[in-house]
Amino acid sequence: MPQSASEATVAKQRPEPKAAGVRAGQQQGRAYTRRRRRARTWLTIALFLLPALLIFGLLVLAPIIIAAYASFFNWNGFGPPTDFIGLGNFQRLFDDPVFIDDLWHGLLLIVLTLVFQLPAALALAMLLNQRLRGRRIYRLIFFAPYVLSEVVTAVLFTMIFSPETGLVNNLLTRIGLESLAIAWLAEPSVVMYTVFLVISWKYFGLHMILYLAGRQAIPEEVMEAAAIDGASSWETFRHVTLPLLGPTIRISIFLSVIGTIQLFDMVYVLTGGGPVHASETMAITMFQVGFRQFEVGYASAISIAMFFLSLIFGLLYQRYVIRRDVEGAVTAMGGR
Amino acid sequence: MTGDRQTKPRRIGRSISLHTVAVLAGAIVIVPLVFGVIGGFKTNGQLTVDPFGLPDPWVPENYTEVLSSSSFWRLLLNSTVIGVATVIGTVGVAALAAFVFARYAFRGRELLFTVFAIGLMFPFAVAILPLFVLLREFNLLNNPLGVILPQIAFGLPITIIILRGFFRNIPAALEESATLDGCSPFGFFWRILLPMARPALATVSVLAIVSSWNNFLLPLVVMNNPENWTLPLGVQQFQTQYASDYARVLAYVVLAMIPALLFYSVAERHLVTGLTGGSIKE
Repeated sequence: MPQSASEATVAKQRPEPKAAGVRAGQQQGRAYTRRRRRARTWLTIALFLLPALLIFGLLVLAPIIIAAYASFFNWNGFGPPTDFIGLGNFQRLFDDPVFIDDLWHGLLLIVLTLVFQLPAALALAMLLNQRLRGRRIYRLIFFAPYVLSEVVTAVLFTMIFSPETGLVNNLLTRIGLESLAIAWLAEPSVVMYTVFLVISWKYFGLHMILYLAGRQAIPEEVMEAAAIDGASSWETFRHVTLPLLGPTIRISIFLSVIGTIQLFDMVYVLTGGGPVHASETMAITMFQVGFRQFEVGYASAISIAMFFLSLIFGLLYQRYVIRRDVEGAVTAMGGR
Repeated sequence: MTGDRQTKPRRIGRSISLHTVAVLAGAIVIVPLVFGVIGGFKTNGQLTVDPFGLPDPWVPENYTEVLSSSSFWRLLLNSTVIGVATVIGTVGVAALAAFVFARYAFRGRELLFTVFAIGLMFPFAVAILPLFVLLREFNLLNNPLGVILPQIAFGLPITIIILRGFFRNIPAALEESATLDGCSPFGFFWRILLPMARPALATVSVLAIVSSWNNFLLPLVVMNNPENWTLPLGVQQFQTQYASDYARVLAYVVLAMIPALLFYSVAERHLVTGLTGGSIKE
């Protein structure tokens, strides 16, 4: 922009013989069209971006800023917040045994996912990568629960884990294990594990699909080379496949953690967070406090805590663990 | 792989054990679903005595009663309207932005793009409270737009990222020749880029409709009036209302699953492409 502007001034300042004057006029005209074209480009950029910026700013960014602001107030959500209490809500948050337990529940779910769900998904992905008749059908079945809503899944499993008429307890009684037939969703010491089972039922297929795609992206020559060098299947898996699947595995861990931080629907329908907060998550606590007790200021503080947990985890993970895998990670986020 | 070098009996043995594992895993997925379908054909008495066996006699009333209630169809319609509007809005708005992000160089582009990308990490749970307050100010509670607009906003990041990747791969020469032929930027976008991007548009549409269809928290806080509920709200409400009428709840859940599973059987490929960034081989 400045370059073309100065050109134009130089052209103007040179009242020379006729031929030169015409040339200067042409030059001036060209600079003018170029400037106009740039202005038009900027207009295009602005107009094309405007709808996205407007709706994203208003409905995603603004709410997060409002939550941050509201978290410093004692506020019931009606009228503007006036009762400023500084960090009072956050102090209360870290003294709140319910919130501290929310954090432990999240941690438990993440550990269980890392130890059971993801390895099982990985094993199934390796299995579906074999030459196996009907593997397309298997894949279709394993992945199907992913498309069902968490609500539908949770209602179905409420029935399955129901103490009297449920499938699980009936099965246990039949095979002579009555002692194990418990109230799966009402026993405080068990309920988190039951929730984990239902989450795994719904999401193991997603992780399996991610691993399968990752596995198929490994060139066959690499595997053949390992086989020629005399590596056993296990050695090939351990020293070739697993390292090459690294990026995919890191993305799948990333998705599990972010998903756990904002877990709501499944728990809300399965248990409502009960019995006595035994399966409560941060999102459930936030919902109860904000929409049932109208302590919007305090609930906003919980939102902000979730925001920072996601942000810090996301940034650290991207900085130190995934780095180059980001595109894939963000691609897979949309399904959640 | 190594299969070729194995003797035939060993290969058969291996194949059998692989199938055993696959069938067991498949059963874990399918048994709960079949339990639901068959359970819906039972009476509560039958369900208590024998949740496993086939119904005796078959009782279709649970299903027919749900299907003949106008509320079920209204929820289905609401979910469909909200889903379709969300897809059109998300893909339209995101395609415009992705076009600029992919094909124009300007100061602040990467920063702006990062802001959208970070939005990925914050689905509704984080923003739901202030979002509710905002929607109340705009008078959008109990209004389908109160669900559609936020869903568009939260769907933008993923859609923009996927579409930008696709738009980038379309050769610049194409745009130059279109411009020389007198095509405006919007003309190029509308008449050339979008038709070429059809596979990518299908992928992002599938992602958007699945997340809209399954969304629960947002309609839960926005829609008080049962007239406006979506299917997940209906399912949850039905369970609360008929808590002890297991068979009827099962029938309702099964019917609520059918549209999603039908859609899955048609669009599975696009869903997989969207989630993995590339399709899976047969």
